[in-house]
Amino acid sequence: MNDLRELYREVILDHNRHPRNFGELKNPDKIIEGVNPLCGDRMTLYVKMENKKIQDISFKGTGCAISVASSSLMTEKAKGSSFEEINALFEHVHEMLTGDPTAAASNLDALDKIAALSGVREYPTRVKCATLAWHALKNAIVGSDDKISTE
Amino acid sequence: MTSAAEPPNLSNFKDISSLRNDFPALHQNVNGKPLVYLDSAASAQRPQSVIDAMVTQDEQNHSNVHRGVHQLSQRSTEAYEGSREKVRAFINAQYHEEIVFTRGTTESINLVASSLGGKILTPDDEVLVTWMEHHSNIVPWQLACEKTGAKLRAVPINSNGELDLNEYTRLLTDKTKIVAVGHVSNALGTINPIEHIISTAHKVGALVVVDGAQSVPHIKIDVQAMDCDFYAFSGHKMYGPSGIGVLYGKKALLNDMPPYQGGGEMILTVSFERTTYNKLPCKFEAGTPNITGAVGLGATVDYLNSIDFDALSSYEADLLNYATEKFLELPGGRIIGTANKKASVLSFMLGDIHAHDLGTILDQDGIAIRTGHHCAMPVMDHFGIPATGRASFALYNNIEDIDRFILGLKESMELFK
Repeated sequence: MNDLRELYREVILDHNRHPRNFGELKNPDKIIEGVNPLCGDRMTLYVKMENKKIQDISFKGTGCAISVASSSLMTEKAKGSSFEEINALFEHVHEMLTGDPTAAASNLDALDKIAALSGVREYPTRVKCATLAWHALKNAIVGSDDKISTE
Repeated sequence: MTSAAEPPNLSNFKDISSLRNDFPALHQNVNGKPLVYLDSAASAQRPQSVIDAMVTQDEQNHSNVHRGVHQLSQRSTEAYEGSREKVRAFINAQYHEEIVFTRGTTESINLVASSLGGKILTPDDEVLVTWMEHHSNIVPWQLACEKTGAKLRAVPINSNGELDLNEYTRLLTDKTKIVAVGHVSNALGTINPIEHIISTAHKVGALVVVDGAQSVPHIKIDVQAMDCDFYAFSGHKMYGPSGIGVLYGKKALLNDMPPYQGGGEMILTVSFERTTYNKLPCKFEAGTPNITGAVGLGATVDYLNSIDFDALSSYEADLLNYATEKFLELPGGRIIGTANKKASVLSFMLGDIHAHDLGTILDQDGIAIRTGHHCAMPVMDHFGIPATGRASFALYNNIEDIDRFILGLKESMELFK
């Protein structure tokens, strides 16, 4: 149970129960679809952007707690961020979930609440759940309309 | 699924509750807890006798089969063909040539869809599948229909996850050339009325291909009594090795079908002008086969022959009933697939906890279940859900396994409270 609390921290359970920025956005500049065929998760990301900055962002869909919480935390952090900041965050998140744990630790401050997802690295089969939303966001800012799939 | 009448020679059979001891993989700790393996519908564990047979084959007898004049090749050929004969007897096929070794159920169905489908289907024809099929009994037929212009139709299911037999009869017309149906649904556990499905299809002249992947480990199969035209199954779902499976087909049909793959083994003579094909079953076994797998499958059949299937059915039904009862005591518990006749599969949702999270939490307790769409996306669409958790019970599971499973679910609810 203790190990599981490390994965399902209160922040994650809270964002799963009450996802922030959940729902469709009116007149979005980008709509990106993401799927995780492994578990049947589907999410749609809505993004408004201007001058290489995220003006507004929301998401919709179904998924596991890790996937929903990660999407919710991501939208919270991304709103108002510049593309440059997003790119840096993307790298930090990636490092936190899959990289060298000691190097990753130094970036946790920058990640703020998103650091609550750091427990996911101990569960390799769940890393894709946490990264799906980030890949969708990355596609939105590089201007790709490709559907995102974790497989 | 009724309790078994006392078989006359019960003493020849093994006591079901003792079978667990035959499976070495079950006796280990996972995440510090004794393993509870509830994922046999995805792949079952193997008894020691099957593992030993494969080791012996590899240590002492391995060589390529057929045509070899030396000792090891002869031993391998005897073991390989011996397994074919064991499988024939196990499903009561009339001829050993009717048993084609494949990589598994998926390849068996692809073989029929490609070879038979390619030969007989025209743009006026229809292939009938069902809403509860595994993707491996949908996609090969889609491919065959794309190539030939035939149309794919699907028989709907009701809210219990049973086939709508009235719709089946309605969809079955003289345009229907092939009916492809699962004997037992992997996602729902539903046991389909296969004899009825087959006899009804035969009345309109359609051939019936049965996906038997989920039935062979639970139900005694008699292909002649069933009168199916093709029956496909896998070694690894019936406590045998993976990478080996079987296609049973009626001899006359297999004889008329063109080869599926070309290569060695499946030919009689080859020249650049003309190749003549080997006789059954070699015509459909191009290339060096999975020899060790086939030997392991033979040993698996020996193992299953030591078990009384009536007693097994009754034992597994007891497990399923107990699990169903305990599960439904959980607040927010919903079972997907409540057919009247069910194999020992419990597909479920628990409140708003996603199946993927349940899978991870149970795994921390050493309990293995499957989560996701179970390669049956139309089933998930039918019930309007993205995924389920699935606990499947096999001959080596017991009441303690189910108690641990229920306890794990309670812990999940506590965590997500």
